Amino acid sequence: MTQPFYVSPEQLMKDRADFARKGIARGRSVVVLGYDEGIAFVTENPSGALHKISEIYDRIGFAAVGKYNEFENLRVAGVRYADLRGYSYDREDVNARGLANAYAQTLGAVFTTESKPLEVELAVAEVGADQDSDQLYRLAYDGSVADEPGFVVMGGAADKLAERVRARWTPGMSLPEVLALAVQVLSGTGKDARTIETTNLEAAVLDRTRTRRTFRRLSVHTLTELLDQAPAQPPEQAEEASQPPAEGTDAANGTASSPDHP
Amino acid sequence: MTAPDARYPDRLPPAFTRPGSSSFVDFLRSHAPDLLPGAGPAPQSPVSTPHATTIVALTYEGGMVMAGDRRATAGSAIAHRQIEKVFAADEYSVIGIAGTAGVAVELVRLFQLELEHYEKIEGTLLSLQGKANRLGSMVRGNLPMALQGLVALPLFGGYDHREHTGRIFSYDVVGGRYDEHDYHSIGSGAVYAKGSLKKVWHPGLDAEDAVRVALHALMDAADDDSATGGPDARRGIYPIVVRVDATGQERIADEQLATLAAEIDALPERSREV
Repeated sequence: MTQPFYVSPEQLMKDRADFARKGIARGRSVVVLGYDEGIAFVTENPSGALHKISEIYDRIGFAAVGKYNEFENLRVAGVRYADLRGYSYDREDVNARGLANAYAQTLGAVFTTESKPLEVELAVAEVGADQDSDQLYRLAYDGSVADEPGFVVMGGAADKLAERVRARWTPGMSLPEVLALAVQVLSGTGKDARTIETTNLEAAVLDRTRTRRTFRRLSVHTLTELLDQAPAQPPEQAEEASQPPAEGTDAANGTASSPDHP
Repeated sequence: MTAPDARYPDRLPPAFTRPGSSSFVDFLRSHAPDLLPGAGPAPQSPVSTPHATTIVALTYEGGMVMAGDRRATAGSAIAHRQIEKVFAADEYSVIGIAGTAGVAVELVRLFQLELEHYEKIEGTLLSLQGKANRLGSMVRGNLPMALQGLVALPLFGGYDHREHTGRIFSYDVVGGRYDEHDYHSIGSGAVYAKGSLKKVWHPGLDAEDAVRVALHALMDAADDDSATGGPDARRGIYPIVVRVDATGQERIADEQLATLAAEIDALPERSREV
């Protein structure tokens, strides 16, 4: 009879975290940015049918990176959660905080109890009456929640991209400005820079000027028009190379320290 | 699954993550059947509740119009003067209700959510026929209540993107769905409204005339049916009239209805002078 090897809980959690991070880092990043009249979601997604961004409820949007089948499952659960809540109380009583909580509990429970953690990272956004009352939550594979002010970047190379967004994003930017910023950030810099075709972008907004259902997908046509309206982007300072790679800082659990991008 | 659930009570239950269904009603049935309308025992003796009355609907060139009066009655008394009986089901369809108001309003709320839920999960709209079939099965769910006298029947209509026309569907208590051609009316004043529609409706109506014809039929019904309320200029209460075409739906403004109602009222056949 063989004795099972002893694995310390630290090692077990670290292995799971590393596994989840690797899965997430394989996906293309998603950028969620607040602007003066709402919240914009942008990602690179060649598929027009398999969405990474979607509507949850009147004022709540959802974005995800990682394994499609896993986040699609969570997205459907979120829609059911929100619709059930709105049906049994009122449409006004559905909020992003409750949803983020339910997601966090689910991700956390799967991370600790099941054989494989979910390889997903989620963003839940709720548009408010003004930019100060917008809510943005970022949920990691282990159930940790971060309440992010203003913007969220997820996916492979998230830390690096977040740094670049942080340097340029300010409250009160217009929709064309944040879209141009998102596209520039997603396109990479330096020797990794490339051009992303507008047809390969998936973009949507939660538009606070709309009543009831505020979520709206931006068609290729609309997106092209909006990007044309944006003022020319100032070239980014070439201080990328001098920055230390931000390692192991994105997840609030602090268990893992491997870089989450190749 | 029971052990993790007990340790993580706030985790989303398995019903939420179960794949396969895009229907909110199916989800409710499996997860929280007590929230479905008509759950629990039907009343054993007749109950007196407000009744919503006449709805008319008609098609025109490129769309359809639905109109409902604003009166609800309880027995011979007027229960409400301003009840709303015509609702937007989604961007391209409308639903009107007649019968027991409480049951009907709940049915509409669930139907609206059913369509929105499908749209969010599937990322696309149901076909008009699909919406109509879905409504039929929801009406059937109310059968136990209907047998106790709490009947609520919808009239459904919308723009069919495949056939590029407006279409109307009526229902019976067992959920039977019937394609109505040209025009239809339900509720206590339906007999009078249909009589009126038979005379004033004609093929090839334009959008503006369609609104006029619908209002005319409602006013004719209100003339002869005590449970149907006509336009009330003194209180500023006008029927709810919704028009649907390829671009979506639009509720006709009260000012426009006031003008039309005054025009119809001035028609020689409506005055009782000899």
